[in-house]
Amino acid sequence: MSSAGPSRGALRVAAPSPFAYFASATLKAFNTNKTSWIGLVVFLIVVAAAILAPALAPFDPNDQNILEKLRAPTSEHWLGTDSFGRDTLSRLLYGARISLIIGVVSTLAAMVIGTAIGMLAGWHGGRLDTVTMQAMDVLLAFPSLILGLILVAMLGPSMVNIIIAIALTSIPPFARIARAPTIAVKEREFVDAGRTLGYSDTRLLVVHILPNILPEVLVMGSLWLANAIRTEASLAFVGLGVKPPTATWGGMIREGFENILDSYWLALVPGVAILIVIFALNLLGDGLRDAIDPKLKGEA
Amino acid sequence: MTTFLIRRLAFAWVTLFAVLTLVFVLVRIVPGDPAQLILGDQASREAIDALRQRLGLDLPLFKQYTVFLLGALRGDWGVSMVSGQPVIGEVLRVLPWTIELTLVSLVIGILLGVPAGVYAAIHRNRFVDYAVRISSLLGLSFPPFVSAIILLLVFAIALPWFPVISARSGSAMAWYQSITLPAISLGLISAAYVTRVTRSAMLEVLSEDYVRTARAKGVPWNVVIWRHALRNALIPIITVVGLYLGILIGNSVLTEIVFSRPGLGKLLIGALSQRDYPMLQGMMVIYTLIVVLVNLLTDLAYGFVDPRVKLK
Amino acid sequence: MSTTAPAQLPTHLPAQLPILAVRNLTTAFRVDDEWITVVKGISFEIGQRETVAIVGESGSGKSVTALSIMGLLPAANSRVSGEILLDGRDLLKLSENRMRHVRGNLISMIFQEPMTSLNPVLTLGFQIAEALIYHRGLDRAQAEAETLRILERVRIPSAASRLHEYPHRLSGGMRQRVMIAMALACKPKLLIADEPTTALDVTIQAEILELIKLLQDEEGMSVAFITHDMGVVAEIADRTVVMLNGNAVEQAPTAELFASPRESYTRALLAAVPRLGSMKGRSAPQRFAIVDPITGAVEVVPDTGSTAAVTERPVLEVAHLVTRFDIRSGVLSRVSSRVHAVEDISFSLHAGETLALVGESGCGKSTTGRSILRLVEPDSGTVLFEGQDVRMLDRAGLRAARQRMQMIFQDPFASLNPRKTVGGAIAEPMIVHGLLSRADAHERVSELLRRVGLSPDMASRFPHEFSGGQRQRLCIARALALAPKLLVADEAVSALDVSIKAQVINLMMDLQADMGLAYLFISHDIAVVERVSHRIAVMYLGEIVEIGPRAAIMENPQHPYTKRLMAAVPVPEAGRRRLRRGLSTTEIPSPVHDTSYVPAPRLYRDIGQGHVVQAFDA
Repeated sequence: MSSAGPSRGALRVAAPSPFAYFASATLKAFNTNKTSWIGLVVFLIVVAAAILAPALAPFDPNDQNILEKLRAPTSEHWLGTDSFGRDTLSRLLYGARISLIIGVVSTLAAMVIGTAIGMLAGWHGGRLDTVTMQAMDVLLAFPSLILGLILVAMLGPSMVNIIIAIALTSIPPFARIARAPTIAVKEREFVDAGRTLGYSDTRLLVVHILPNILPEVLVMGSLWLANAIRTEASLAFVGLGVKPPTATWGGMIREGFENILDSYWLALVPGVAILIVIFALNLLGDGLRDAIDPKLKGEA
Repeated sequence: MTTFLIRRLAFAWVTLFAVLTLVFVLVRIVPGDPAQLILGDQASREAIDALRQRLGLDLPLFKQYTVFLLGALRGDWGVSMVSGQPVIGEVLRVLPWTIELTLVSLVIGILLGVPAGVYAAIHRNRFVDYAVRISSLLGLSFPPFVSAIILLLVFAIALPWFPVISARSGSAMAWYQSITLPAISLGLISAAYVTRVTRSAMLEVLSEDYVRTARAKGVPWNVVIWRHALRNALIPIITVVGLYLGILIGNSVLTEIVFSRPGLGKLLIGALSQRDYPMLQGMMVIYTLIVVLVNLLTDLAYGFVDPRVKLK
Repeated sequence: MSTTAPAQLPTHLPAQLPILAVRNLTTAFRVDDEWITVVKGISFEIGQRETVAIVGESGSGKSVTALSIMGLLPAANSRVSGEILLDGRDLLKLSENRMRHVRGNLISMIFQEPMTSLNPVLTLGFQIAEALIYHRGLDRAQAEAETLRILERVRIPSAASRLHEYPHRLSGGMRQRVMIAMALACKPKLLIADEPTTALDVTIQAEILELIKLLQDEEGMSVAFITHDMGVVAEIADRTVVMLNGNAVEQAPTAELFASPRESYTRALLAAVPRLGSMKGRSAPQRFAIVDPITGAVEVVPDTGSTAAVTERPVLEVAHLVTRFDIRSGVLSRVSSRVHAVEDISFSLHAGETLALVGESGCGKSTTGRSILRLVEPDSGTVLFEGQDVRMLDRAGLRAARQRMQMIFQDPFASLNPRKTVGGAIAEPMIVHGLLSRADAHERVSELLRRVGLSPDMASRFPHEFSGGQRQRLCIARALALAPKLLVADEAVSALDVSIKAQVINLMMDLQADMGLAYLFISHDIAVVERVSHRIAVMYLGEIVEIGPRAAIMENPQHPYTKRLMAAVPVPEAGRRRLRRGLSTTEIPSPVHDTSYVPAPRLYRDIGQGHVVQAFDA
């Protein structure tokens, strides 16, 4: 004797696989908040521009031309030239590569390491949890930019070191963001059911808990990517970015700042570029976050 | 309440020691001989050894650590290698500028952010809400030096309303002139953060059962918002503001550079570029002290707002 | 026939104007740009001094009806139409400002969750006084004096000291009294109570129900009582409105409704409600006789004998089980006290037998179940499962043993991983333990799904696509995958609707008959326990105070706590309202003791036939 069919509302056509299910859930998330589309599109445009920089850039970014120095935007140099006569537009395109590479790699590293730390701490609880989280709290409380500045100053400003520095300062937030839902999910009865059914701790963590906290971690990832890009630009602005003559947005602003009184566009253009990228990523992550919360509550 | 305080103070001490040790280690892991880096490639062996001795770098590592710790606690933070002045003196000289900027920015942020967040939460999903959300997202997307540069360009260069270099000199007008642009630059970003956390905290609280109870009692809507809802929302708001102060201090470094304003920021950059170890150590100590103090204040603030905390 | 309290005026004067007249009330919500009608044109009346129960299962629209009357639905996404006449005045035509003057003043409402319904950062005194200040214009001092009076009327001990306390210091029962005080402060004409006792223990529930009845008499007000519990309805309601899917299916005076229900749904609902005392004279647990809600057809229940294999060695033998939890406090986090969750529990369970562990919240019944499965590590005692001491097993041994002892949990929504298909969840245990290959597991999953009354093509769906009752069936299927001998059901049916509850219980009993399963049935619902169990153990503060065959415990309870428990259960038979006892405000004592505490040794008396009682002072 079977009971009546599924109750009010929710009967959907069976999804063929978890993958398709996730894809449709993500799509729904995007559609709930239209602004996240804008963020995604803008970000993808920037990524495309960075990848295609060699094809798009009219000049070699390091090509100096003293005769052309400090020109305002002209038809030849769409965004003008800097104090060495280098084309701003080209430098902008190549600078995007640096920012994106550093941002993405450091964020990914921090995400993986931080999530693992947070999950383990939340899962085991007790001493391990308290000690780990206090360590994270100490790092978190300290101004991350200053910590980053000192780390890079100590290690020497190279791309690898910058990535390491930013990744290190990004680990505590990921640990935090992974720990809280781990604790919440750990208390849920399906985890107890799993223990009763004899599943190992590792299985429970990887197969059962991780998929349930992944949305929050990914959202944090996109938001923190914005932060990483901003930190990289700040480092470059202060003089601790990737060494010149490599073009970096922060470095361009720094050089532009020196000439701010007469050639304001040199500082303004890269500044606006950074702003656009960060804003796009924030739109994306924020929209996703808004869409995810009620979904989790509805389905769980 | 006492156990609570003791716990927090203990944690503060632990943090202090942890960070001081971290500083000690960081400053010494740099590859290469510090003394040689300072004196340059041409320096003679004797000069390098003399400098090393002066800096105390020839002592065994553990001894250096104890000297450093004791000195830090005693207030003797060494002497700056750049200026030759005691570190602690230099730090204390510029500290008030940074504190002033940070506080004023924070106040601007709260005064703008809280009402905006509350307003957005009340009118959820209407136009006002969208406008507030987008503008606050834009606000916190600004790297602090970009907003500073834009303000500088518009209000100090294009329109000569404010000086390009912000250092006060005596009168109230001068003070106002020197702090306004930097504070607004930081304050708008702060307002963006505060707006967002206020909005989300209010939305959470407004969906709680006790708000429904208050409405069922017939309490006027604005009383429900300000007395019943906001007071509960303050708890997460205080948390975030406390965390944000770390970001704010970091941002103030950049702002001070753009506006050529004296403060810890300039000192830090100088120390970094010159590898001025005593100065770097001193700065780390002062930053740690500030952070610890902020944490303590945040916890005390909880005690005031949340009655469940008092009885720990 | 009717035994209402003796010296009282008739509670319903038909000639007078009703306090509340609801006509054709329709409420719709906007979800994702679609309007969904939740309440479909219902009409009913509440007379002076009358208590009307609005009863229905989840999704029936009863709470939405109450919120529509109070005007508490979000204006942006809801639409309410029809007429709601309070003393002749249509509330739906009032402006928000005027409606505000009605709320808390002419009509008051109390809600289900006392733990979250009070503002944690405002004092109790203030929260009550607020209503007085806004509706009666009293100043602070006057309001405080009046608040004190009200707190005493709801029988809160040491009322004066409570004025300046915060909600987190009070228990659920106490908070609900404060909610009632808040609601009654301005002496409203109508009190709407939305499941106010559902989240409370049964003894506390009885006290609160009595309190409401008493205050109703004292104030002369009407009450609209929303509930899903037919027992409560029979205890307190003069008339009853039965709701299903937004429609008012039947309304009648309560006695008439229970004695001769007209609609099939009402009959189905009443048939699914276990009645305390209805098992008198039966030796074995009995399935529910399900009435089809649409056709009204009654299922025939064969009287089967007992499934308990009492002659063989018990499947589970628990002796002197102790589980305590440490509480750390102070600067150094030292253990300052312990929660004595399970103290010296002993019992045995045979194959095919159901032993119920009953008690109120905090008595340790859940912890007992978890200790047996070692989800929580006991401090001492032996747990012999199939002759082996579970506590002595190492990890591999425990894993193997766990295949044969399983658990069903309370919350069907949380018991399944939302990110896994249900087929995957059911197959997983078999694959993890290496019992079957993936291909064979697929077959077995289909088989199990059929076994629990679901169809095999549901295997590829996700948990959120199923209802609560279906999810619980899925959890049962998953537990059965490993062919267990023992099933611990930890409040497994408590979160289900009445009719679904009956169906799932029938399923469990069928499985017991087929597979010889032993159930440890943990529950606070005594009426359900009566139907389902062979034996009952009553727990209080971590100890078993009485244990024995079902009939013995139900008909001849010995221990004072058992008696109190039985007396507090509402009986779903109108015309059997109990006489009012004196109101007590007992709080359940705390099982927390400091580290030096040594429990006193307990003595047990054997009354015969397996009925054992803990010695108590008379």
